[in-house]
Amino acid sequence: MSARMIADKTVKYILFASAIISIIIVLAIGFFIFRESIEAWTELGVGEILFRTVWRPGQDQFGILAMIVGSVSVTFGAILLGVPLALGCAIFLAEIAPSAVQSVVRPAVQLLAGIPSVVYGLFGMVILVPLVRRINVPGNSGYGLLAASIVLAVMILPTIASVAEDAIRAVPENYRHGSLALGATKWQTITKVVLPAGKSGIIAGVILGVGRALGETMAMIMVIGNSVIVPKPLSGNPLTFFLSQARTLTGNIAVEINYATGVHESALFATGVVLFGLIMIVNASARSIIRGQKFIEKAN
Amino acid sequence: MKSTKKNILLVVSLLLVAALVAACSAPSTPGAPAADPSADNATVTLSGSTTVQPLAEKLAEAFMTENTGLRIDVQGGGSSVGVKAAGQATSDIGMASREIKESELAEFPNLKIFVIARDGIAIVAHPDVPVSDLTVEQVRDIFSGKITNWKDLGGDDQNIIVVSREEGSGTRAAFEEMVMGEDALIAASAILQASNGAIRTTVSTTPYSIAYLSFGYLDDTVKSISIDGVAPTEPNAADGSYPIVRPLNMLTNGEPAGMVKAFLDFILSEAGQKLVVEDGYIPVK
Amino acid sequence: MENRTSEIALIHKAQAQNLKKEKTRQDFWVAVMWLFGLITVSILVLVVGYILLEGVKAINWEFLTTSPKGGLSGEGGISTTIGTTFYLVSLTLLVATPLGVGAAIFLIEYAGEQSLSSKFLRSLIGVANFAVETLAGIPSIIFGLFGYALFVSTLKLGFSLLSAALAGACLVLPTIIRTTEEALLTVPDDYRRGSLALGATKWQTLYKVVLPASTPGIITGIILSVGRVISETAIFYVTLGGSYRMPTSVLDGGRTLALHLYYLAMDTRAFDKAMGTGAVLVVMIILINLLIDLVSRKLTTGVRKVR
Repeated sequence: MSARMIADKTVKYILFASAIISIIIVLAIGFFIFRESIEAWTELGVGEILFRTVWRPGQDQFGILAMIVGSVSVTFGAILLGVPLALGCAIFLAEIAPSAVQSVVRPAVQLLAGIPSVVYGLFGMVILVPLVRRINVPGNSGYGLLAASIVLAVMILPTIASVAEDAIRAVPENYRHGSLALGATKWQTITKVVLPAGKSGIIAGVILGVGRALGETMAMIMVIGNSVIVPKPLSGNPLTFFLSQARTLTGNIAVEINYATGVHESALFATGVVLFGLIMIVNASARSIIRGQKFIEKAN
Repeated sequence: MKSTKKNILLVVSLLLVAALVAACSAPSTPGAPAADPSADNATVTLSGSTTVQPLAEKLAEAFMTENTGLRIDVQGGGSSVGVKAAGQATSDIGMASREIKESELAEFPNLKIFVIARDGIAIVAHPDVPVSDLTVEQVRDIFSGKITNWKDLGGDDQNIIVVSREEGSGTRAAFEEMVMGEDALIAASAILQASNGAIRTTVSTTPYSIAYLSFGYLDDTVKSISIDGVAPTEPNAADGSYPIVRPLNMLTNGEPAGMVKAFLDFILSEAGQKLVVEDGYIPVK
Repeated sequence: MENRTSEIALIHKAQAQNLKKEKTRQDFWVAVMWLFGLITVSILVLVVGYILLEGVKAINWEFLTTSPKGGLSGEGGISTTIGTTFYLVSLTLLVATPLGVGAAIFLIEYAGEQSLSSKFLRSLIGVANFAVETLAGIPSIIFGLFGYALFVSTLKLGFSLLSAALAGACLVLPTIIRTTEEALLTVPDDYRRGSLALGATKWQTLYKVVLPASTPGIITGIILSVGRVISETAIFYVTLGGSYRMPTSVLDGGRTLALHLYYLAMDTRAFDKAMGTGAVLVVMIILINLLIDLVSRKLTTGVRKVR
């Protein structure tokens, strides 16, 4: 074998090694986070961690249910606020905006995605929290689900908007022509033909947004108050639920990991395992939807 | 024949990956973070309590002007991390703003403890709160959630917003030990913040809030509240009339040597203790 | 007869009305969509504008060139945090770029090869693709936890630039792999066949022909990663230590701009300096977006020339 053939082979092996490094990293992440959490699972029991709401490391109580509820609530709030805006933005970009307007709005959406989460957090602390505090309800500190949901809605907007826009654009042009030829208006075509055809891609975008929302950390710490309670309405009005403070799974890890030792530290890794599991489920479902859609496109 | 070739490909690749991983981790073996502290261009690393951190930064800045070439890295993390870092020798000096627990001494029997200063814990509220004096019992009831409205304390008819430190914080541990006692727990609904600075920021910007704060962080953005008529000041804490006082500790793994010892000696010297007083803490000498 | 015409007229009228109703509805919803587009842009203008306007007040030459000081009281400037950010970005990309580009080359150029017909290797490649997708979806605090458990504690690298860069590399790896893959896919197959026909080996073909043609795409991936590392906070909050002194070796801890912003906002009352730091960050991100735009435009014109 000539020298250059040997070089050719060697390079191939090196490239192969780097190709499987991703596998190794994913396995290593799973392995190390789970390994560090074993102490908590075995010493406290799965039920004590997953189904208890009391988190008092000083008393050896490590229930993370309050944080699960907190993460889900703030994600729900962000979806409620963010999805209509993101979908509207996607429809606008894909179907309505003239190209000159597109060339302003699309970079704006991209830039929203690039802004560091601490900057959003700072904005939330300085502008949103004092605004929310003006809502006159006893016990409203300004920090809580509402401020966090607003911040999070802005942060997931680019994810949902760009995936949804791609999905809408992927709808074949002749669907639109057909609909318009039958006398439907442009808006009827969008709502009755284009959106249903791009539905699965749009749903995938929303689910990816959910994944991002569940994983956001620093901006949440800065505006949500971090109290270890299951959020509940502050007064008789159920809407005041969103004025309640809360803590997310991510916040629990970030705020306490540097302070923790022993079982406490292990319980934080257990929090990480739960978060990891949640995100894997969410992302896997988004992926299977996207893949299903590609399959349908191919079949067509 | 072909399959052996494939196996070789596989083995070689796995070896390469192993080599890569090893290359990534290689620097850990020779140096390790705790380098020889007596070398000329030495680095002394400190980590732990965020209460001690700013004081340590200040002491380090002063000490480094006298010892050019020396580098002192001060990192946060919290008291528990300080104990762990010193115990596992990942830092030269650990910082802790509470008493060292028996369980920790059992885990790390080599720990040497240096009390570098004493610190009072003040009760602080938003500047607009009219209440200026509380008893220890009242403070306990506020933080445990028994008293929830300022009107019960002579203030406005407004809910009290309790702000507290995280579990694992030395300030919280000291506060729980000296104020809350065995039975009372800090209410779960309290807003939690990860450092003294964050506590001060939150209290100064949130009307009707109350929290506890290290003396070193007191300033006019928050209102200090007297306990049983005694104001939280350094002289009151030094003469023992102010009740909530705890030690600030620095920890080493075994007897300190070289620059680590020199730095600790400096802290306990007259010049060092002067800086302690400047920051509002109580000197130990 | 009369009856029928009036019937037709009625139908026409009804149709016209219906059409008009639909038209009004369409006008209304199109207006709403415009509003949504406008809201999105306004949010950006509001956040960026506010941070820039407030930040500019704090920014001056001294702020940019002196180091933070005074412990957590938030005095001084941001020079060392800019330096640390620069070091950390370089170190992270030094680790991630070769791995990411290498992985992408293998997944695109070699994965379809005949010699890889072994079932095990084939499925391994499938798993590798799945792993890249998984990595892209993992939240950064999980990378932080991983970095803390493996690099900081187990390998005893401590809170250091190296620990942070290795954890950060996991974050940007999928970005680099995916953008490189896309770039490789845009290189026409004729290039490869031409080079191979001239007697070049596969690697020579890749190195001399395919990689140069896909450079702009790879650079886009690298710039995107630079942006991600600059913005990242959660990973470095748990792996970098947070000391604001200038690191002198990869085993020293440090504090990036984003991390400094977090400490300023949370631990001190220096909101003006936090805004200043935020403004510097936002300007960096805007510049990076412009740069990506520039490079990707070059990429598309390059491909056009080829065709």
